[in-house]
Amino acid sequence: MAVNIDVTGEVVTARLDGELDHHAAASIREEIDKSIDANRPTLVIIDFRDLTFMDSSGIGLVMGRYKKTREIGAELHITNTSPQIYKVMRLSGLERLAVIDRGGYKNETDK
Amino acid sequence: MKPINEVKINLLSCSSNEAFARVAVASFIAQLDPTIEEINDIKTAVSEAVTNCIVHAYSERIDTVYITVRIFENRLVKITVRDRGCGIEDVKKAMEPLYTTAGGERAGLGFAVMGSFMDKLNVRSKLGKGTTVILTKQLSYRTRANG
Repeated sequence: MAVNIDVTGEVVTARLDGELDHHAAASIREEIDKSIDANRPTLVIIDFRDLTFMDSSGIGLVMGRYKKTREIGAELHITNTSPQIYKVMRLSGLERLAVIDRGGYKNETDK
Repeated sequence: MKPINEVKINLLSCSSNEAFARVAVASFIAQLDPTIEEINDIKTAVSEAVTNCIVHAYSERIDTVYITVRIFENRLVKITVRDRGCGIEDVKKAMEPLYTTAGGERAGLGFAVMGSFMDKLNVRSKLGKGTTVILTKQLSYRTRANG
């Protein structure tokens, strides 16, 4: 599990790569927060394109970042959630808190 | 009802074993040729159950998590995840979405995910004795286009 962080202007993009579970969540959270603290962005994007698995630990991670971005007045966007990841997210009601862009997966799951 | 196949996996409650547990269960079930969605549902539910053992049951120590996977006639799968940990004081409360006793960033959605991703979720717990979670899923019958 890895996270690649890109900072462009006031936008911090965190690209998750691998499998996000309880074991992986702590270090990923730390890295994203470090970048938010250092860069004070107005928009944080968490990109799930290269994430192959996520359980409810990922929900904790996203909710935590939602609180953090709110505190500094920034917006949080979630992008490229696969059907499995979107299914976990939908259960948490996360789509009411953050903008979720399902990217290329969208048509695949709309039945 | 007697299973037609069964595997037992005992592992220590190290968080690095979460990935192994869900992949091991998924590998065993692969013999039924499940859909990708079914395999993902099972992996997610197992990940939640094993994480509960690590975060809650054995929060104070490293101990054994006992997983049994049983395959029955007609593509029925039963996965039992058992621990000898602290037990759950109020199972009904623990199963409420968003309820958690763990600090940090636990979402409190473990049982909600297990319940909605599997067909049946059964939780038995005794304080000081441990918890048994039984996850049941009926795999679909599908006709394969390419053998």
